[in-house]
Amino acid sequence: MASEADGGTIDAREAAHFGALAADWWDPRGSSAPLHQLNPPRLGWLREQIDRHWGADPRDRRPLAGRRALDVGCGAGLVAEPLARLGAAVTGVDAAPENVAAARAHAGLSGLAIDYRATDVAALDGLFDLVTCLEVIEHVPDPRFFVRALAARLGEGGLLVLSTPNRTPRSRAFLIDLAEGLGRIPRGTHDYAKFITPDELGAMLAEAGLRVVDRTGIAWSVGRGFALSDDLSLNYLLCATQG
Amino acid sequence: MRWGDGRRGLTLFGTTRPFRYPPLMDDPDVIILGAGLVGLTLACALDAHGLRSVLIDPAEPAAALAPGFDGRATAVASASWRMLNAIGVGAQLEGRGCPIARIEVMDGPKPGGLSFDPGRPGDPLGVMFENRDLRAALRARAETGGNIAFRQPARAATVERGAHGVRVALADGGGAELRAPLLVAAEGRNSPTREVAGLRVARWRYDHRAIVTAIGHERPHENVAYEIFYPAGPFALLPMLDGTDGRPRSAVVWSVAAKDGPALAGLPDRAFAAELEKRMGGLLGRVGPIAARSTYPLGFHHAAKITAERLALVGDAAHGIHPIAGQGLNLGFRDVAALAEVLVDGARSGLDLGDPILLDRYQRWRGLDVLSVAAATDGLTRLFGVGGRAASAVRRAGMAAIDRVPAAKGWLMAEARGESGELPTLLRGALV
Repeated sequence: MASEADGGTIDAREAAHFGALAADWWDPRGSSAPLHQLNPPRLGWLREQIDRHWGADPRDRRPLAGRRALDVGCGAGLVAEPLARLGAAVTGVDAAPENVAAARAHAGLSGLAIDYRATDVAALDGLFDLVTCLEVIEHVPDPRFFVRALAARLGEGGLLVLSTPNRTPRSRAFLIDLAEGLGRIPRGTHDYAKFITPDELGAMLAEAGLRVVDRTGIAWSVGRGFALSDDLSLNYLLCATQG
Repeated sequence: MRWGDGRRGLTLFGTTRPFRYPPLMDDPDVIILGAGLVGLTLACALDAHGLRSVLIDPAEPAAALAPGFDGRATAVASASWRMLNAIGVGAQLEGRGCPIARIEVMDGPKPGGLSFDPGRPGDPLGVMFENRDLRAALRARAETGGNIAFRQPARAATVERGAHGVRVALADGGGAELRAPLLVAAEGRNSPTREVAGLRVARWRYDHRAIVTAIGHERPHENVAYEIFYPAGPFALLPMLDGTDGRPRSAVVWSVAAKDGPALAGLPDRAFAAELEKRMGGLLGRVGPIAARSTYPLGFHHAAKITAERLALVGDAAHGIHPIAGQGLNLGFRDVAALAEVLVDGARSGLDLGDPILLDRYQRWRGLDVLSVAAATDGLTRLFGVGGRAASAVRRAGMAAIDRVPAAKGWLMAEARGESGELPTLLRGALV
């Protein structure tokens, strides 16, 4: 049903359909609301990692200029578009062709050139300076294999950033019982058994030849919403490099 | 060509011909409607962080910078002053401001008042500037900003805010169309953009008018500001630098019953001076000369929501308050500091500057502050706006009580300085 990854032809009805889908993805009060709220803290932390890793000026608006970035599980482009604004040549991949079509439609209207592909990261070649994979690994069937596929896309001196829910009573209560129960996140989004702890993820990265250089938690409170925190028990971000 | 060139009109034989602006090299980050004090400050604050803005204003810039003193002055709170310094406006105002060392609050010109002692040497409660000096300094700073373009005089013929951006077509700018991710309305209290966006404003009017002017007086003010409360309304004296005649000088904000406003404001200078001397109870000696006078209806307006799709309100477009505490422009400066920080953080994270998540942060940051200042100022006015001897005794007791409770006094002083709430970085005097 979707257009080919090479960007072939898109018929008008499909364009309208994916436009509507993109509109829902990008509606901060729509079904992706939690991802929108996560964006400022997680992008802020990602920026810190970029500055530290490449010695970029924190005031520079295009610290990724001249670098290639890959966003895996890009959805409609909530992370890929910011990476493009920070100057990177961005490739976004997602397993769902309708997400990729929605992402393309939105990037076009935002005036951003992003290479979106409906494919599996394991089927991708080419190397990237930055690989991001946020709120995705908890959905894949074989995370160990998936981490190796991510690591294989990382070029010399590259940076990998991952985020995912922790596996704790707290994350179960918040993300499944509460958020899905209240309909803030679509039901069936998460499967608690597939959640991964920071140590487990660190071990998978080590197996793939990567080293965790920094990590942080994302906590939620009524007053502040999502914010970076030393508490990793709900959700966490993790940054890894080679060796 | 540098971004922002081509901002000047051509003056030929005393008339300004419409100028065809060359296209901008890049789309701006923000389109600001209104190049008044708050709009200019926002453009300078964004420029200091490398964010590009276009200022659109229908007024002739020359008219706004007329050389004569119009009698208007502003107490710039020390937090606001720190921001002006941080964004490079301070240097042009060097030596033009009069620091306020102390504020005396009095119930009529009687003892028993509340004095706000600054408690921090070298950090005044605020600095008094003539508005024309603020305007000229902001204008000069903005014109040297590489990230600022002017479209002035120019009028926005059509403004379209949509899911993917803002488009503004100019009526008299050579048919140019501007695009940006965000529109900011800094158009003042009757903001047409706010009305179009359907952002509702709560307002009430006091049955009073404020007469605003500046006066020379016999005795030096020693950098003291006075808020003197009368049954008819508050009378404020704010210290200014000496006049060109060498006389000590203060700004006056005098609230009078609405029905008395025009008659009092229209008195000949000598009779007006006599009325002022009566109100001042001999505080600063003989009064004169008197600068131009203007009168304003006293009121309060407040938009509960200051954002809409790809739109943020700043300054009087968002809220205006009774001027007794001199907070109006300072609230606008705080809007600028908060909005600039939200946008700078957003730009550095690669976010769309019109992202509702960013606008929500601005809304949350400003909402509580604005409402608390407005409520406190309104509370003061109502407390002091009640006539009668019993009420006067209650007020004096109240003021004495506030004076004895350090927490209450600390809050009032922080409020006067503009330091309540989580402070934006610019108000601490640093760039984001």
